Amino acid sequence: MTAADLAISDSPDGRRILSLSGRLDATTIRRVWAEARNAIAAAIGRPVVVDASKVDYCDGAGIALIVDLIAQRKPGDVQVANLAPRFETMLAQFDVREVERDQDPPPRRRGTVEELGAITAGVARDLYDQVAFIGESTAALGYALTHPASIRWRDVWRICERVGADALPIVALISFLLGVIIAFQSAVPMRRFGAEIFVADLIGLSMLRELAPLMTAILLAGRSGAAFAAEIGTMTVNQEVDALTTMGLDPVRFLVTPRIIAALLMTPLLTLFADLIGLAGGAITLASFSIPYVTFVHEVEGIVDYSDFMAGFVKSFVFAILIAGIGCLRGLQTTAGASAVGDAATRAVVSGIVLLVAVDGIFAVIYYVLDI
Amino acid sequence: MTAEPSTGDAAAPAIIQVRDLGVGYAGVPLLEHLEFDVRRGEIFVILGGSGSGKSTLLKAMIGLLEPLSGSVLIDGEDMVTASGDARRAILRKIGVMYQSGALFGSMTLIENVRLPLEEYTDLAASEIDLIARMKLWLVGLGLFTGHLPSEISGGMQKRAAIARAMALDPMILFLDEPSAGLDPITSAELDALIVRLSRNLGVTFVVVTHELASIFAIADRVIMLDRRTKGIAAEGDPRKLRDESKDPWVHQFFNREPEPLPA
Repeated sequence: MTAADLAISDSPDGRRILSLSGRLDATTIRRVWAEARNAIAAAIGRPVVVDASKVDYCDGAGIALIVDLIAQRKPGDVQVANLAPRFETMLAQFDVREVERDQDPPPRRRGTVEELGAITAGVARDLYDQVAFIGESTAALGYALTHPASIRWRDVWRICERVGADALPIVALISFLLGVIIAFQSAVPMRRFGAEIFVADLIGLSMLRELAPLMTAILLAGRSGAAFAAEIGTMTVNQEVDALTTMGLDPVRFLVTPRIIAALLMTPLLTLFADLIGLAGGAITLASFSIPYVTFVHEVEGIVDYSDFMAGFVKSFVFAILIAGIGCLRGLQTTAGASAVGDAATRAVVSGIVLLVAVDGIFAVIYYVLDI
Repeated sequence: MTAEPSTGDAAAPAIIQVRDLGVGYAGVPLLEHLEFDVRRGEIFVILGGSGSGKSTLLKAMIGLLEPLSGSVLIDGEDMVTASGDARRAILRKIGVMYQSGALFGSMTLIENVRLPLEEYTDLAASEIDLIARMKLWLVGLGLFTGHLPSEISGGMQKRAAIARAMALDPMILFLDEPSAGLDPITSAELDALIVRLSRNLGVTFVVVTHELASIFAIADRVIMLDRRTKGIAAEGDPRKLRDESKDPWVHQFFNREPEPLPA
């Protein structure tokens, strides 16, 4: 079968003749297409005939070429002649004027002001959704705590394992390294003043009050918050959440409550664990600066009191609610489409971390005012 | 529009040759020792009850599932052993419509159809655009070219998936349950489109379906898979099988008869 070709001629009566020949398919017609268009453009005011008598084969791309040539002029100016009946049938399926024009163009791009307004409205709507969700979750949690039998405990234990036990290695690693790094970075300059013993005070206070709860919460936001969003998001896309609703089951009670309870049980425990491992990291590092373990413990005991410990521990409960709540909310907000679940997980992590840091700041102010 | 069955040429050479094919999962065979040919230009339908391995067989034929044994020759080239450029050359000859549509969710319909044209041809953007738009008009979606898959119905997604499968005008089109989820009118139009493409362009179709109306409207030849024997229960013209087959299961299938209740 021959490649596509084009012969251009002019008949005595003034018509321009474009003779197509060979095989017209997507891989052969590029050159012919451009030449044929140019030939029609050059024949100003003269009728054009596309002679297809030598076309051996013409697939969808070949038909597109012929359609495009017809559409170059007003109706009737470009005639197609001698197209084999089997290809003629394919051509007859299209209304040239309709297919030539894009009937569903992309929407107009918004102006800057309009875009700004839309973003602001989106943020306001999101805040509204978050407030509404806090209300719904609190009500569901309140109901669950006053009616413990209504809680799906099997789900709670399963989620506890994933949120808590499975997160132990990463929490241990990060807390230990945090303790080691802070101790090392502080001990080197403090040594010049012979004050490296006070590094134990620094580690004790910073780990228990701030770093252990915050780092644990950020790790869980990245790990469990994203997992909650992806899991519930997939359920939303698969209409499993709709199924719950039509069964008369409240998705918040069914999906959100077990996750919040599991996070409430596990986050404080992981924070305690992070406290301990972080201190251990600091103690090991300071041992290399000739500060014995017993001295480290004695120093930490002397500077850290019960209120310091509680300042960090209380925060972990609030962080737990934020992580689980925002993860579940983003999951329930998942829209349709392949990227929707990924978007939900990303939004859960980003919003979770922003909220954690903001709430941590609020705690710092409250503790300062209350002199804790 | 009523589809008339294509008149597949019984003397046409085989474009797909399946030889001693065994397919299954985790080493457990679902189908064994399958032998059949698909002739050039015919509409070949794979039938069978739920769980009989229709879609699994289709996956093996298009190279998505490594068979447990045997070979699948497409236009003379073995799909099972081909790799690299040879495999790409075979894939260029086929188009596939998946049961779920499998459109790319982040792309509009026209972008979905444009994709294979952009990757496999050197046509200009405006030319690719026109070809893609025509494919979408062909399946009745000319007014939805700028929509995302999530913005249209399931039936429309299937039609868009067929348009994408046809983008490069392949020699063979594999359609997995094309009529499922479509209304009767759209389904009939789709059947007519399949027959028209087969007759006018000589496109070979391999269709997995159990929609009886579609089978009689389009099929030149069918094979019926039987999960009990892990093989082919019947092969031939569906109208003849319906009227003449002595096999009780084939008779039951074509006449939509339920399993008898236990005594």
